Amino acid sequence: MTENPNLWLIPVLPLAGAAINGVFGRELPKKAITAIALGFCGAAFLLALKIALGFSASEAPYSFELAPWIRAGSFQADFSFYLDQLSLVMLLVVTGVGFLIHIYSVGYMADDHGYYRFLSYLNLFMFFMLTLVLAKNYLLMFIGWEGVGLASYLLIGFWFTKDSAAAAGKKAFIVNRIGDFGFLIALFLMIQHFGSLDFTRVFAAVQPLQPEIAGTGLLTSIGLLLMVGAAGKSAQIPLYVWLPDAMEGPTPVSALIHAATMVTAGVYMVARSHVIFERAPGALTVVAVIGTLTALFAATIGIAQTDIKKVLAYSTVSQLGYMFMACGVAAFSSGIFHLMTHAFFKGLLFLAAGSVIHGVGGEQDMRKMGGLRTFMPWTFGTMGIATLAIAGIPPLAGFWSKDEILGRAYQANPLYWLIGIVTAFITSFYMFRLMYMTFGGDYRGAPVGGTHGHDDHGHEHGHGWPHESPWVMLGPLVVLAILSVVGGFVGIGGGFEHFMAPVFQTAPGSELAEGAGGEAANKGLEYLLMGVSATIAFAGWFFAYLFYSRRLELPARIAASLGGLYRAVANKYYVDELYGSLFVKPLVEGSTAILWKGIDQGVIDATVNNAADEARHVSDNVRHMQSGNLRSYAGWVAAGGAVVIAYMVWIGVR
Amino acid sequence: MTIPLSCYLILSGILFICGVLGFLIKRNIITIFMSIELMLNGVNLSFVAFAAQWHALSGQMFVFFVMVVAAAEAAVGLAIIIAVYRTRETLNVDQVNLLKL
Repeated sequence: MTENPNLWLIPVLPLAGAAINGVFGRELPKKAITAIALGFCGAAFLLALKIALGFSASEAPYSFELAPWIRAGSFQADFSFYLDQLSLVMLLVVTGVGFLIHIYSVGYMADDHGYYRFLSYLNLFMFFMLTLVLAKNYLLMFIGWEGVGLASYLLIGFWFTKDSAAAAGKKAFIVNRIGDFGFLIALFLMIQHFGSLDFTRVFAAVQPLQPEIAGTGLLTSIGLLLMVGAAGKSAQIPLYVWLPDAMEGPTPVSALIHAATMVTAGVYMVARSHVIFERAPGALTVVAVIGTLTALFAATIGIAQTDIKKVLAYSTVSQLGYMFMACGVAAFSSGIFHLMTHAFFKGLLFLAAGSVIHGVGGEQDMRKMGGLRTFMPWTFGTMGIATLAIAGIPPLAGFWSKDEILGRAYQANPLYWLIGIVTAFITSFYMFRLMYMTFGGDYRGAPVGGTHGHDDHGHEHGHGWPHESPWVMLGPLVVLAILSVVGGFVGIGGGFEHFMAPVFQTAPGSELAEGAGGEAANKGLEYLLMGVSATIAFAGWFFAYLFYSRRLELPARIAASLGGLYRAVANKYYVDELYGSLFVKPLVEGSTAILWKGIDQGVIDATVNNAADEARHVSDNVRHMQSGNLRSYAGWVAAGGAVVIAYMVWIGVR
Repeated sequence: MTIPLSCYLILSGILFICGVLGFLIKRNIITIFMSIELMLNGVNLSFVAFAAQWHALSGQMFVFFVMVVAAAEAAVGLAIIIAVYRTRETLNVDQVNLLKL
C-alpha cells in the first residue's frame, strides 16, 4: 500500500469553496463567487485526473490516513481515505460531471439572487459526495451519505419561498431517514460482530464465512438492512417517492444530485459491500427483485407524465433499478458501468431539459412546447444524442452498459431479462415521446416573455420566441454529448469489467471466473441478446414516432380505451395517495391527538401553566401585606422583634 | 451613694419604649425620626450603664460607634426628608405610599 498524500485534498477543496462562498458570498462580487466555486471544484477535478493518470492497478488499493477520529477500546474509525478501481471510477464521474454542471449552473442561475448560496451548496454537496466515495470505513461513508442528503435537502428547497419546493425538500429528507435507519442498524450489526467498520477489516472478517444458503443469518440481515439504506438514497421501491418531487429544485441540481451522483450512492454502497452480498444470496435476490420491479414500475409511470422533468425523474428511478438488477445478479461491475454511462447521458438529459426550460421561459409542460428544434438546435442535437444513448441505440453509451446488464441478468434468470427488455422498450418509447413532444411539430406554447413562472429566473428576454441558451450552458452539453457517445466503448469486450476485476474478484471460482470460462460457448447467445435489445430500442422509437409525430390522435384514443389503467398510470399508481393515507395521515393524526394535544398540551404545558397559576393565586393573597403603609411595616418589625425576644427569654438560648 | 444598675436599665427601657411607641403612632416623618434617635439613646444608656457596672470599656466604645452612625443617619435621613417634602409637599407617612401594590 502506497500513501497518496493528495487524496484528502480532493474532498477538502470543494469544502473550502463552499465555506468561502457561504460565509462571504453576500459581499463578494459575482465574478469572484463564480471563480471561487469553479476554481475549487475544478481543482478537485484536475487532482482526480492526476491521480487517475498515475493510477496503477498493481499498487491499488491506495489508502491514506488523514487523522484519527474515534478510538474506543478495540473499535477504531479514522478519517482515512481509500482508492481502488471502484472509487476511482466514482471519483472521476463525480468530479467530472460535477464540474461540468458547475459551469452550466453559472449560466442557468445567473440571474437568481441566491447565486452565491446556490454555488456554495453545490460545492458543499461535492465535498460530501467525495467523502462518501473516498471513505475507507463505513462510518466516514455514512458521514458523506448524510451530508449529501443534507445538500440535497437544501438544494431541493432552494426556492424555499415556494411551498411545494419546501415540502419536496422535507419529503426527500424524511424518506431518506427511513433508509438511513436501516443503514445505521446494519453498521451496528457490523460493529457488534466484526468489531470494526473499516472496509478491509470487515471484508477480511466476512471472507472466510460460508454463503448463507438458508438466507436467515447475520450476513443476510446486514445485506437486507444495507439494501434498505440503498433503496432510500437511490430511490428504489418502496422509498422512491421522494425523487420525482425532488424535481422542484433548480434543474442543475436535478442533473447533479438526482441523476448523476447522489442517487447512485446506493449502487456504489451495494457494490462496495459486494463481499457481504456475495455470501448472502437471499439478500442478493431481494436486491435483484427490487431493482427489476422498480425499473419496470417507474418506466410505466414515465409514459404518461407531461412534465419534462418528471419524465426524466421516473426515467432515473427506472435506470437505477437496472443498476440494482445488475448488482442483484452479482454483476457489480456492470452496475457500476451503467452508473457511469447513466451519469453522462442522464446528466446531459437534465441539463438539456434545463436549457429547454430556460429557453421557453420557465415552462415545464411538454404539451406547451414543440417545434423547438429550430429555435435551439444545439440543445436539440445534444439531447437527441442523450436520448439515443438512454434508449440503447447502438453504438452509444447506454447500449453497451444496458446490454451488459441484460446479458448478465439472462444468465441469472431469464425472467429478469424479460422484464428488463420490456423496460428497455418502454424507456425508448417515453424518451422519444419526450423528444417528439418537445422538439417536433410546431411550437404550441405562449410567446416567451414577462412571466417566468416555474423556475423563477426573474429576467426579461424581451422577445416573443424561445431562444437558444448561452454558451456557458451549451458547452457542458456538448462535452457530455461526446461522453454519451464514446463512454460505452470502454466496456466493449469486457474491458471495463476487466479493469474492475481486482475489486470484485474476491474468491477464485466465483461467478466472475465462471463467466469468463463460459464466454466462448455463450458468444452466440450474447449476440442474439444484443440484437434483441437493439431491435427493441428501435421498436420503441418507431412507436413514439408513430404516436407523437405521425398520428397525433392515437395517444388520446388509446388512453381513452384503457380507461382506468391509464388514469392509474397518469396518477403514478396513486402511490403517494396510498402512502398518504397509510402512513402520513395516521402519523399526523396520532401525533396531533396523542403527542400534541395529549402529552405536549395535556402534560407538559399543563404542568407549567398550573404551577404558574398556583404561584399567582398564592401571591394574590400574600400581596396584601405590602400595604405601602410605613407604620404597618414598623408594627411588623416591632412585633417580630418582640417575638424574637420572647423566644429567647422563655424558650431559646439560655 | 451609687444608683443601682436597675434604675438605669428601667430608664433605658422607658426611653426605648417611648421611641417604639412614637415610631408606631406618630405620622409626621420628623417625629418618627426623632423617635428613632430616642430608641438609639435608650440603648446607648444601657450600654454605658453596663460598662460602668462591669468596668468594661467596650460598652463605651459601642456608644461612640452608635453616635457616629446616628449622626451619619441623621444627615442622610434629613436629606431624604427634604427631598420627599419637595416632591410630595407633605410629611405625613400615610400619604407616602407609592410603593404599595
